Amino acid sequence: MILDVRQLAWRMILLGGACVIVQIAAISQVTIFGAHVDLTPIVVAFAGLLCGSLAGAVFGFGVGLFLDLALVQPVGMTALLFLALGYAAGRLRELRDPQSAVVPVAVAAAATAGAEIGFSVMSFLLGRDAPVGFDLLGEIVVTILLNAAVAIPVHGVVRRWLSRALPEDPRRRRRRAYTTGGLSPLSRP
Amino acid sequence: MASALVLLTVYFGESSSGGLHGVQRGVMTVLSPIQEGASRALKPVRDLAGWVGDTFRAKGDVQDLRRENAALRRQAISGTDAVRQNQELRKLLALDQAVGLAAAAPVAARVIGQSPTVWYSRIFIDKGTGAGIRVGQPVVTGDGLIGQVTTAAANSAVVTLVTDPEIAVPARTSTTGVPGVIQVAAAGSDDLLLDYTTRRDRLERGMNIVTAGTMSTSDRLLSAYPPGIPIGRVTRVEDPGTDSQKVHVRPFADLRRLEIVQVLTQRVNGNRP
Repeated sequence: MILDVRQLAWRMILLGGACVIVQIAAISQVTIFGAHVDLTPIVVAFAGLLCGSLAGAVFGFGVGLFLDLALVQPVGMTALLFLALGYAAGRLRELRDPQSAVVPVAVAAAATAGAEIGFSVMSFLLGRDAPVGFDLLGEIVVTILLNAAVAIPVHGVVRRWLSRALPEDPRRRRRRAYTTGGLSPLSRP
Repeated sequence: MASALVLLTVYFGESSSGGLHGVQRGVMTVLSPIQEGASRALKPVRDLAGWVGDTFRAKGDVQDLRRENAALRRQAISGTDAVRQNQELRKLLALDQAVGLAAAAPVAARVIGQSPTVWYSRIFIDKGTGAGIRVGQPVVTGDGLIGQVTTAAANSAVVTLVTDPEIAVPARTSTTGVPGVIQVAAAGSDDLLLDYTTRRDRLERGMNIVTAGTMSTSDRLLSAYPPGIPIGRVTRVEDPGTDSQKVHVRPFADLRRLEIVQVLTQRVNGNRP
């Protein structure tokens, strides 16, 4: 199967739109230990991890821009941040291609930390004069933990949704061939 | 990356009636029916998660409530304090009625979204300029003041909460009338501060804080908030009796779980007491 760019684009647009709407309309209103899950950075990071740096960066820019417009925030701020997140996750795949089962958890935690700290730094740089206390730090830490906790199911959904437009991973195909039995080149007559 | 930087530069360079702000209002207009539908559809999920959160929080509250119960029991025995509290509550209730919220033409609205970032304490409501909502109007719940309308589209609006660093509310204590300005203590928290008090102002834990309304006789300095709307209760005072005393206030309204709010669309008598 080859990369279907058009199908991938449509799937990414739907994924990004649904992610932002569900986040604003529902998930942001559910507070757990004083914070809430933030799906947007982890979905962007997972898209980068699955599709590569270029697609991840474009997806991150699009989701960030949609968030900025929908939340009436300075336009371009989240777009810039998520662009970097999507690109970084894509480069991780291209350079290391980690296969461990805990990769989604680690990527989600790192992406959330990057998004929260990056947003804080950019807010200061853009002149948002807000007092900072331990509450903010606590909320950031709790958000990172919550995002890490939901990482595996979210990664599963994103992978399932995007994988139909992606070429099949040769290593996965090879693994499946061995485990299903009789398809190894060595076992062929 | 260049696009993001150009957008940021243009956004900060233009006025609130500029192109990008207009696009934001347009997106709000298009998005609000979708958001409202999603909000209604996902309400059971929110309620379930809220129930789980409440259970954890309730465990933590038990000790506080026990302490509060013991304190209230002591006050009930002595009698006078309870009577005073009762009078205070009645006064607050009477004040609430005297504020004349009906005269302020309140418009009820549903909360259809909330900002996910800790740096922006904002909610989105399903009523906009079509229902008479304008930028600058105060927003309340049954518990008290929650914020101010900061952006209004045709069918939706953005309410910036009192826990946002952009919001400052002229306030006073309900009993002694000590004036000050309510602002958030730190980004991402529900802790408010009553600023600009002096060493002569005696402030104690448990005092109720309400909006001050317009204090000036000039029509150019009208407050956006009607007088007497409850804001919160003093939880602690750091460095009491000094000019730098920090008066911490906890809002009456649960700002993390809002469903129905009221926007006060009319200013009565210039919001003067």
